[in-house]
Amino acid sequence: MLLKKITAAVALATLATTAFAQVKVGVITSATGPIALVGIPQKNTVPLMPKKVGDLTIEYISLDDASDSTASVTAVKKLISENNVDAIIGPSGSPNAMGAIGFVAEAGVPLLAPVGTAAVVLPMTEQKKWVFKTTQNDDIIAKALVEHMAKNGVKSLGLFGTGDPYGENWSKVMTALAEKNGIQIVANEKFQRNDTSVTGQTLKIIGAKPDAVLIAAPGSSAVLPQTSLFDRGYKGKYYQTHGAALDDFLKLGGKKVEGTILAASLMLVLDEIPDSNPAKKVAAEYMGAYEKMYGNKPATFGANVYDAGLLLQKAIPIAEKKGKPGTKEFRAALRDALEQTKELVGAQGVYNMTPEDHSGFDERGREMITVKNGTWALLK
Amino acid sequence: MDLQIAMILGQDGVTNGAIYALLALSILLVFTVTRVLLIPLGEFVSFGALTMAAVQSGTPNSIVWLVAGLAVVEAALDLRVRFRSPSRRGVPLNMVLKVVYAFALVVLMYQLPLADLPMAAQVLLTLAVVVPLGPQMYRLFFQPIANAPSLVLLIVSIAVHVAMVGVGLLLFGPSGAQTKPFSEAGFELGPLMINSQSLWVVALSLALIIVLYQFFERTIYGKALRATAINRVGSQLMGISPVFAGRASFLLASFIGALSGVMIAPITTIYFDSGFIISLKGFVGAIIGGLASYPLAALGAVLVGLLEAFSSFWASTYKEVIVFTLIIPFLLWRSLTSRHVEEEE
Repeated sequence: MLLKKITAAVALATLATTAFAQVKVGVITSATGPIALVGIPQKNTVPLMPKKVGDLTIEYISLDDASDSTASVTAVKKLISENNVDAIIGPSGSPNAMGAIGFVAEAGVPLLAPVGTAAVVLPMTEQKKWVFKTTQNDDIIAKALVEHMAKNGVKSLGLFGTGDPYGENWSKVMTALAEKNGIQIVANEKFQRNDTSVTGQTLKIIGAKPDAVLIAAPGSSAVLPQTSLFDRGYKGKYYQTHGAALDDFLKLGGKKVEGTILAASLMLVLDEIPDSNPAKKVAAEYMGAYEKMYGNKPATFGANVYDAGLLLQKAIPIAEKKGKPGTKEFRAALRDALEQTKELVGAQGVYNMTPEDHSGFDERGREMITVKNGTWALLK
Repeated sequence: MDLQIAMILGQDGVTNGAIYALLALSILLVFTVTRVLLIPLGEFVSFGALTMAAVQSGTPNSIVWLVAGLAVVEAALDLRVRFRSPSRRGVPLNMVLKVVYAFALVVLMYQLPLADLPMAAQVLLTLAVVVPLGPQMYRLFFQPIANAPSLVLLIVSIAVHVAMVGVGLLLFGPSGAQTKPFSEAGFELGPLMINSQSLWVVALSLALIIVLYQFFERTIYGKALRATAINRVGSQLMGISPVFAGRASFLLASFIGALSGVMIAPITTIYFDSGFIISLKGFVGAIIGGLASYPLAALGAVLVGLLEAFSSFWASTYKEVIVFTLIIPFLLWRSLTSRHVEEEE
């Protein structure tokens, strides 16, 4: 009995000492449930992230929230109170991240959210200053699309989006941008990811006769609206958002998505990107490592988590000067350091954080891409 | 909205409605025979669709191992029951056959040139793989608690659904799939372009409904199932095994579910968790039929399909709300017009 106690005490003591030289990062992904498509590459990315910064080791604690917002909040609370983490990467879903903001802000833990919606960092509030977003804001992508539309004589536009935060935010962003550029939105239809048919919406959009249609849907759900429009004989231009930037989109869409235009991460067309683009090297490294470990190419969602790891890698040494990992001072310093990130090259672009912009992407974070001969190609 | 649009929407609604009708009928069948509200019905739909997609792409799917595994567990349970009862010993033939069948599927799945098979053979293989899951599900999860209160059955049913969705993600992965249509042909009917898959869906559904009708009216097994649905104890006294009735109804449900999945997969993208919403719409149809009347349930399901098609044209944002709100007036109407009978627990 005594022996057991001694071993336990020794084990605890060693744990305690190692814990001092260790930064703990919680990772929450939706590796199961409806948005597993996003969560699985993100979870798979965790072993590829930096494990050592200077003399500090980084320990990642990976949890699954099953795409459930309540489970995300539980996971956040658990990571904060039980694991005493210094930062959290995740969760995968936009509503999940929205729910977590209050809790990380209260505990003073920086949250690096790899989610689509800009609402997690905009408009900036006292709570949201703890949140950093590692994806391109919708409006950066939207600006690129609208510019392309304006240049190619698109005067009227049909919006076809999912009835969830992703589609809603796009319809908001596009309505404002289109108006500025003299493009009229003549139809705005919504559908659900699990819909078996979108014929009604398709007919309505075709009836409005727009020059182009923008489909705003995450993942492979972006395919059905486009094939449906194609089958009903819509002849205008098709635009997609970065949500469609998945190889599944090509596989499911086949010939019917040929010529689609979208703005997305350079990862899709890595071979065509000039070497002068600094993100190319990082992206190639990440994709190579991922492919070696899992035998397939990562979706861009994975890179959002990878970039979060890079941001932390850069910020941790700065924060270490202000306090020991595991303390409140360290976490606050970490947040400050993240906010001052300048010219950090990630797998998706270059980050320049400011107190107002916690996403930090500029136009280097997206490329204009089209579908040519069944594969992604840089739009020239 | 002109006539042409209305016709296209109508065609779309009837196609989806036919699928919902089939599902409504299976929900009703399983409910009346076993008192189980079959929430996992949707998983048969998505498993059917995704297995078909896997077969068409020529990659063997590990779902056969699930079937084989469940068959072994089932056999082990049956054997245990056998050795506990003093009178009967030995291993019965049908137990061996089930296990052999399951492993034969494994061999077929891994040996056949899946992608090169004719479409009909692919459909048959898919059904052969997915359909046994129904009776297995009944044997493992519902047969041991067949006499439990309906509420317990419902809770177990939900638990099985959640577990099956997880298994689906494990087996098929998170990405959606779409299969090739049964035939590429399309028909011009006046201003209307009818794609042949819609015709397939409607024709197969109608055929299936007629076959089911004949089965229940004319065959001894069908009559046995109906008898169980009308009065469980009475039919048992007449020598109808409740275990048989339960398995048979689950077999029919998984068959209908998997076939619906195979039929609908060329029209839309199916994900591992798509089945639930589809079967839920069938459930709305079944509710319109008061969970008792087959013709009303089928009609109700077609109504759901039509309503869905037209509301997606007029108010796409509120489509789901409109479809599921449909349940409220019908529940009101049902509870006001029908005499409430206290169910014996």
